[in-house]
Amino acid sequence: MKKRDVALAALVLLMLWEAAALLINRSILPTPLRVLAVFVEETLNGNMLGHAVASLRRVLAAILLSLAVAVPLGLILGQSPRLNRLFSPVIYLLYPVPKVVLVPVVLLFFGIGDLPKIIIIFMILFFQILVLVRDRAASLPAELIQSVRSLGAGRRALFRFVYLPASLPAILTALRQSVGTAVAVLYITELFATQQGLGYYIYYNGSTLLNYPAMYAGVLAMSLLGLGLYFTVDWLEKRLCRWQFME
Amino acid sequence: MITINDLTFTYRRANTPTFEHFSWQVQRGERWAILGPSGCGKTTLLYLIAGLRLPTSGEVLIDGHPLSRPRPQSGLILQEYGLLPWATVRENVTLGLRIRAFYGSDGVHAPRNAPPPTDVMPWLRRLGLENLADKYPSQLSGGQRQRTAIARTLVLHPDLLLMDEPFSSLDAITRADLQNLTLELCTEHHLTLFLVTHTIEEAAIIGQKILLLGKPPNRQPRIVENPQAGAPGFRNSPAYNAMCRHLRQQLEAL
Repeated sequence: MKKRDVALAALVLLMLWEAAALLINRSILPTPLRVLAVFVEETLNGNMLGHAVASLRRVLAAILLSLAVAVPLGLILGQSPRLNRLFSPVIYLLYPVPKVVLVPVVLLFFGIGDLPKIIIIFMILFFQILVLVRDRAASLPAELIQSVRSLGAGRRALFRFVYLPASLPAILTALRQSVGTAVAVLYITELFATQQGLGYYIYYNGSTLLNYPAMYAGVLAMSLLGLGLYFTVDWLEKRLCRWQFME
Repeated sequence: MITINDLTFTYRRANTPTFEHFSWQVQRGERWAILGPSGCGKTTLLYLIAGLRLPTSGEVLIDGHPLSRPRPQSGLILQEYGLLPWATVRENVTLGLRIRAFYGSDGVHAPRNAPPPTDVMPWLRRLGLENLADKYPSQLSGGQRQRTAIARTLVLHPDLLLMDEPFSSLDAITRADLQNLTLELCTEHHLTLFLVTHTIEEAAIIGQKILLLGKPPNRQPRIVENPQAGAPGFRNSPAYNAMCRHLRQQLEAL
């Protein structure tokens, strides 16, 4: 996708928003310019920044935690058909459970604070990364493994030189597929038991203060958070998986 | 150099052993082709010599030592999928050296007296890959990929080269080209060679000795001597045609 086309699409969407705002002409839909002004103001005066940082911190912690747990597990399952046979029915049953319905349960168990929020997002990312990394490791041609073993590689070197680099595209695909959901669920988790985070900020401004421009500024910030994560994954993929883009 | 003693090998869930009380000897510096139809066990035999499979009973000895894992001085080249798709030609060629550095000279994963890692550029030049050093395998032709695989093996200074149908997916001209290159490299580096093939012509070109395998179980090695293999002009000589005819008859009689 060309950068110019993306910028053009953004411009068209903003114009549609502007037109809708003028047409409806009510305080519940401010114009994009008004929202942008409030966004800048709320960022500069520090009202929103703390919330954005709290949200970013939660989502990054969940990403790191899920990578640290799911990648090694996925690699182990992917290269051991026996372990995979043992665990795949469990994963098969848990994978499709919509993790967001577990929010009340996790809150009951882990109480207030960052931990329950990180755990919910972790659960979403964990299964996605686990399954993709496992399938990638399992699908490596036996010939590749044998020929690297013949160069002297034992289990540790196979992990380092074959399984880990082979799973990198799977990790990034998993992240790309799930960061959107992760940010959506972050919003839900921030409605409960916290006064920090963009989710709280949006809800508080919208339903308590009835400050609609600020609410939209929060929505914009949350969208930018999702978009930023998505772009980062894209950028990492182009940098780290150059070989996939070669003809 | 290689002694196979009373080897029996049966695949799990298979009724018939691929090899049964099979004994065979190979001297250092010999060039062998292993020829037979699909399913005869030629790749299995190569993997047994590579230490990637272990005998059900009996033993494979190299220089008197029983083989229980891949031996750092043996190089293996497969038909396809041997290169890391995410690594450039240069990175692929240095892979074995990096694995050795990863373990150090422990005598298990790398020879105890391994020569220090060298610059791989001379090897890339020798194999005609110097301009492709930064390309990925997906950007190479089949012949260039196999040259990369050969370079990756030879930088480790092996004494034994094991090749499993290395040229079977290549076009005729590239195949002949790489067969000649293999013969040259074997002479230059005093390699003992095993080349598994299902092509009679390739066996006749490469193998000074040709081991014929038939429908399992294989019990006796059937060996055809082919001392002229590798001599200049052999490929176009009547002796070569006669050898191909002879091999075909032998295979049909199995």
